[in-house]
Amino acid sequence: MDTHAAYKSRWLPWVLLLPSFVILILFLYYPTIETFVLSLYQVAFLGLSKSFVGIENYKILFTDPEYLQIFKNTVVFAFFVVVFSMAVGLALSVLANQKVSGWRIYRLLLIWPYALSPAVVIFLFMFNPQSGIVNYLLTITLGIAPDWLTNPTLAMGLLVFVAVWKNVGYNVVFYIAGLQNLPGEVLEAALIDGATPWQRFWRVTFPLLSPMTFFLLIINTIYAFFEAFPFVDLLTKGGPSNATNILIFNIYRDGFEYYKTGMAAAQSVILFIAVVFLTILQFRVGEGRVHYGG
Amino acid sequence: MSRKRLSNLIVHVLLIFSVLVVAAPILLAFIFSTQTPAQIFSYPPRFTFGTAMLENYSIAWNQFHLGVYMKNSFYIAIAVTVGKTIISFMAALALVYFRFPLKGAVFTFILLTLMMPTEIMIVALFDLVTKLGWSNSYAALIVPFLASATGTFLFRQQFLQIPTSLVDAAKIDGAGPLRFAWAILLPMSLNVVAAMAVIQFVYMWNQYLWPLIIIREGNRQVVQVGLRMMTSGQDATNWGIVMAGAIIALLPALVVFLLLQEQFSRGFALSQEK
Repeated sequence: MDTHAAYKSRWLPWVLLLPSFVILILFLYYPTIETFVLSLYQVAFLGLSKSFVGIENYKILFTDPEYLQIFKNTVVFAFFVVVFSMAVGLALSVLANQKVSGWRIYRLLLIWPYALSPAVVIFLFMFNPQSGIVNYLLTITLGIAPDWLTNPTLAMGLLVFVAVWKNVGYNVVFYIAGLQNLPGEVLEAALIDGATPWQRFWRVTFPLLSPMTFFLLIINTIYAFFEAFPFVDLLTKGGPSNATNILIFNIYRDGFEYYKTGMAAAQSVILFIAVVFLTILQFRVGEGRVHYGG
Repeated sequence: MSRKRLSNLIVHVLLIFSVLVVAAPILLAFIFSTQTPAQIFSYPPRFTFGTAMLENYSIAWNQFHLGVYMKNSFYIAIAVTVGKTIISFMAALALVYFRFPLKGAVFTFILLTLMMPTEIMIVALFDLVTKLGWSNSYAALIVPFLASATGTFLFRQQFLQIPTSLVDAAKIDGAGPLRFAWAILLPMSLNVVAAMAVIQFVYMWNQYLWPLIIIREGNRQVVQVGLRMMTSGQDATNWGIVMAGAIIALLPALVVFLLLQEQFSRGFALSQEK
């Protein structure tokens, strides 16, 4: 069984693990637990006084229309980001995997936005209603010049677009790896049976990729929950009138602009529960069903 | 045959189109970063290089202090990348090559932290780091990120793929665990080291929320938040300078990524193996 474990020492493994333990306990476990505790308190400005309020913060979260709106925004945002970045990622991967020459170059040119992040200030200028390049192109082609940041739907659309643009490359990395590790015999058998490319994709390739798709579904959802903060902060600040305010942005706002520490902690707990749920789901469903990577 | 060539052509056209859509924002930003305000606001927009390149970049670097912020970002990204790699390597060494009680529990304890992204606990982490007296310091940006479940997991996967005969041979030759780790394990795990380097460097370079909260003093700030400060606070934002700042701020992570992208892709594939 544990054939690699050739060494035996009473203290050395613990010494090797000590730095990890110290950091993980102090900066991950402790603050996570502390977040739960804080969520039961009402904290006055900068923690000068704390009073226990039980589940009061959660009651507010689930009854105040403003918070309900934020939950709804978060779900809508996550849904569209996940669906679009996975669908586009899969489509591009299938294209880049067509044994065309130079697929490595294509892969590289598709995945590099992974390394970019808050560079999204660029979009702020591109989508500027008056001087932005997007409205210039829309004016000369369709004769329209939408006001991207003052229309709730368009502002959300812009956020989704930017998040998808940034995230597609990540999905391409995984889907290409998945496609290249598909069992060749199955695809060949389908080819011999005269299946059209369309049938081959939906009847053979897509089902074989389903463990990968499921894994990416979870990862993309978590991405949409957390990594979107810079996009909201730089592009919309949650506006217009809260239409693009999503949980992670509101945690920041409640915690560090309005100093409602308890409320921010309660919202963090909600997000944490969502992440735990998704992770457990991933382990349950994903277990032993990964078809690729040898 | 010609039908195959046609479908190949279509695939290439679609791919080139996608590649251009992906690249367009950055290419445009680069072009605008060389233009004067008059050139940027000209109608119709100009898609040619302007005349203010040196000026824009130098203003972004000096007057908006991106030079200082870049230095800070470099410090923290390199410190975390190196520290995390060493600490994860040590943890994986213990988990794979040693027999000790509660090993399974220890591994689970480390893996569980995958469910605890920093963003979830910023309120409590802010309190903790403030109480430690670390606000406005590099320590606040470095120390909380030094351990990693992902890193430990990647190294563990790599070690498990190395034949056990190697460690047995090393033992017969009288090599202790640390010598074995240094002389055999490390050279055989350079692909994971490279994958870790690119993942961690890019992650740290693009940190945004945490530095925004914990660093309140200009000269310790990181470049991404510095970029944020460039867009706010002025009425007539000079977009050429902001675009120059954006290009400066994205280059280092991009260069690291491009140099190590093969290892990055393989490292991620590795993380998926059970």
